[in-house]
Amino acid sequence: MKPMKQLRNLILGAAALLAGAAGQQAAAESLTAVSFGGAYGAAQKKHMIDPYMAKSGNKILFEDYKGGIAEIKAQVKAGNILWDVVDIEVIDLERACSEGLLEVIPRSILPPGEDGTPAIKDFIPAALANECGVGVIVWTIIYAYNEKTIGGNKPSTIADFFDTKKFPGKRAMRKRPQVNMEWALIADGVAPGEVYKVMATKEGQARALAKLDTIKKDIVWFDSWSQAPQLLNDGGAVMVQSANGRIFDAIKKDKKPFTMVWDNHVYDLDVWAVVKGTKKKKMAFDFISFATGTKPLSGMTDVAYGPTRKSSGKYIDPAVVPNLPTSYLDKGVKADGIFWADFGESLGEKFNEWLLK
Amino acid sequence: MAQKPIILSAEETVSARRELFRRKFMAFAFVSPLLLFLLFAFVAPISTMLYRSFYNPTVAVLIPQTIAAMKTWEGKSVPGTDVTAVFAAELKQLAKKRLSGQLAEALNRVRPGLSSIVKSTARKMRRAEDADLKEKGTELLMEANGVWAEKSTWRAVARAGKVYTVDNFLTALDLETNESGSIQRREATQIYVALYTKTLRIALIITVLSLLLGYPLAYYLANAPSKLANALMLMVLLPFWTSLLVRTTSWIALLQTNGVVNSTLIWSGLIDTPLELLYTQFSTVIAMTHILLPFMILPLYSVMKGIDPSYMRAALSMGSKPVPAFIRIYLPMSLPGLSAGALLVFIISVGYYITPALVGGTDGQMISNIIAFHMQQSNNWELAAALGTLLLILIVALYWTYDRLVGAGNIKLG
Repeated sequence: MKPMKQLRNLILGAAALLAGAAGQQAAAESLTAVSFGGAYGAAQKKHMIDPYMAKSGNKILFEDYKGGIAEIKAQVKAGNILWDVVDIEVIDLERACSEGLLEVIPRSILPPGEDGTPAIKDFIPAALANECGVGVIVWTIIYAYNEKTIGGNKPSTIADFFDTKKFPGKRAMRKRPQVNMEWALIADGVAPGEVYKVMATKEGQARALAKLDTIKKDIVWFDSWSQAPQLLNDGGAVMVQSANGRIFDAIKKDKKPFTMVWDNHVYDLDVWAVVKGTKKKKMAFDFISFATGTKPLSGMTDVAYGPTRKSSGKYIDPAVVPNLPTSYLDKGVKADGIFWADFGESLGEKFNEWLLK
Repeated sequence: MAQKPIILSAEETVSARRELFRRKFMAFAFVSPLLLFLLFAFVAPISTMLYRSFYNPTVAVLIPQTIAAMKTWEGKSVPGTDVTAVFAAELKQLAKKRLSGQLAEALNRVRPGLSSIVKSTARKMRRAEDADLKEKGTELLMEANGVWAEKSTWRAVARAGKVYTVDNFLTALDLETNESGSIQRREATQIYVALYTKTLRIALIITVLSLLLGYPLAYYLANAPSKLANALMLMVLLPFWTSLLVRTTSWIALLQTNGVVNSTLIWSGLIDTPLELLYTQFSTVIAMTHILLPFMILPLYSVMKGIDPSYMRAALSMGSKPVPAFIRIYLPMSLPGLSAGALLVFIISVGYYITPALVGGTDGQMISNIIAFHMQQSNNWELAAALGTLLLILIVALYWTYDRLVGAGNIKLG
C-alpha cells in the first residue's frame, strides 16, 4: 500500500511542478528582437530593451543578425516565426513590406513626444514613410582616414577617395554595389541629386563601374561594418568606407586617430518592424511604441546615430552633435530604397561580374 | 558426375519463399531507420530545392486571369483590353492583399526596373473604383506608367507567367532567349560560365597539389617503422580533427598584410613591401589544400599499407631500375587509393564554401559563393537552385567520365 501512495504523491508533485512552470511561462512572456549588434546593439539594449523589460516585466531575447531579408522570408514562408521584432535597413524595408513579410504598424500606437507634439509631427517624415516600419535612427555611410598613415595631404571629398595619385594607398569598401556606385558617379562629376537617375540607365551603370575600375587594384573589400575600423587601425587601408557610428565608437572609446569625411555621405534610416504572422503582435507593438519614445530614441546618440524624433533633441549631449548624421543632411545623399529594390539584383550581378574580371 | 537436381515439394517451396521474404524483410528493417533519415534529411529537401529551379508558379498564382487571357496573345503588339483591363483589376486585388511586392519581384527578375513600376501602378489601381477599372482599366493602366504601352513589358509578363521554365538554367549558363525565341548569349552579364570554369580549375589545382604533397608522405608513412608512422599519422590527423574555422582563421593570421609570413619575409630582407597574399586565389588554394590534404593521405596510406614490399624488391632484384619499377609495379598497385583520394579532394573542393568566403577576397570566389549570394542576398532561390543543379550534374558527369576511363571499382578507401 505504501509504495502506491508514494507513487501517487510523486505524480501529483510532478504535475504541480509542471503546472507551476507553465504558469510562470505565461506570466513572463518573451519576445524575440534582432538587430545589428556591436556598439549599436549595446546602445539599443541599454536604452530600449532593458528599460522596457524593467517597466513591463516582459522578457526580450535580443539577438544579432547581419541584415537582409533572406532569413525573414524563410521564416514567413515556412510559417515558423522565430523573430518577432527586427531592426531593418530602409533599403530592405521597402522590399520586405511589399512582399508581405512584415506587419503594418498602425500609427495610433505611437505616443506623442514628451513635449506633447503628436507622433506624426514629431517624427521626421522619412521615419514613418513606410507603413511597415517606425524609424529608429538616421545613420550614414562616410569614409574615414587614419591621421597616422594618410601622409601630409588630407582628403576632403569623394573625388579624393578615388584619387590614388594624390592619396596613394589602399581603400577599403564594403563588397556590394550599394553606395560604391553612387560615390563613383559623384566622383566622376555627376551632381548628387542626379545620381539615381543616371544609375538607372545602362550608360550610367557602365560609367560607375568604369570609375570604380580606376581604383580597383587599390580596393580592399570587406563584408561587415565591424571590419572597417579594424582595417583602418591595422594598416590594411588608409581610407575606409564605414557606417559613421563604428568610426565614432573607435575614436571615442579607443582614442583612435581617425577623421571622418562628410562629403556626400549616403544616409539612410533603420526602423523597427514586426515579422508577419508573429503570435506576439500585440506585445511587439507595445515594445515598439515604448522603444520609439522620445527618451529611448535619444540614447542612440551614444553611438552617433541621429534620433528620428525631433523632441529627442533636448536629451542630446551637445558634444555629440557635430558627429551626428542629422547635422550634415545638407551635405549628404539619401539612399534610395526604391531604386535598390528595382536594381539591387541586376546590379548585384553586374557588380559581381566586374569583380571577377 | 552431374549433380542431381534438388526437387522441392510445393510446401517446401512455400516455406523457402517465406523464409527468404522474412530475411529480406529483416534486412530492410535494419536499414530502414537510415533510409528514412536519408529520405527526410537529404533527399526530400534537396529535391524540393532542385524542383524550384524549373517550377516557378509565383506569377501564374498571383495573376491567373491575366495569364489565362494572354494565352492567345502572339506578342506582336501590345495586348488588347481583354488582357490589360483584367491585369489592372488583378493588380488592385494584389495591392489590397499586400502581395503586389511578390509580383513586382518576379517581374523585376525578367526585366530589371519593373519592380517599382509594378508597385506604384498597383498603388494607383488600389485607389480606383471597381466599376471604373472594368470600364477603362486599360486607360488607367497606361496613365499610371508608360511602360504598360510597350510590348516588351508584356513579353516579360508572359515569360514570368510560365509555370515551368528553363530560364533559370539559361541564366546559369549565361544564355537567354531573345525576342524571336532563339537562344543567344546573355547581354546583361556574363558571369556564371566563367565561375564554373574557375571553380573546376581551382579544384584541379588543389587536387594536384595535395597529390604532390600527399603521395610521398603516404608512401613514407606506409613504409616507416610503426612507432614513427603512428606518431606521424597523429600529425596528419590532428589538423583533421581541428575545427575548419580555426584552421581557416589561422591562415588569415599567417597571410595578412602584416602577418607572420610577410613580417618574416621583410625581416629576412627578401622583400621591402608586404606581399598581397590574403584575399586572393592563392590564399584560397593554399588554405584549401591544407584542409583537404588528409582526404588524400588517408586512402593512399591504407592502400599502400596493403602493398607487399616484396613486389618492389623482386622487380629491383631482377634488374629493373628504381624509377621504372616504381612506375610499372608500385604506382598501378597504389592506383585505387590515388583515385579515391583525388576524387574525394576534387569533389569536396568543387562545392567548397566557407574557406573561399573567408580568405578568397574577390579573386578566390567559387561557384558556391555565388549560390550563397543568390540564397541570402538577392533572394533569387530559383536561380540558386538552377546553379546548384548544374553543379550536381557537372559532378555526376565528371564521375561518369572517370568511371569510363579508370573504373569506379578501382576506388578503395581502405
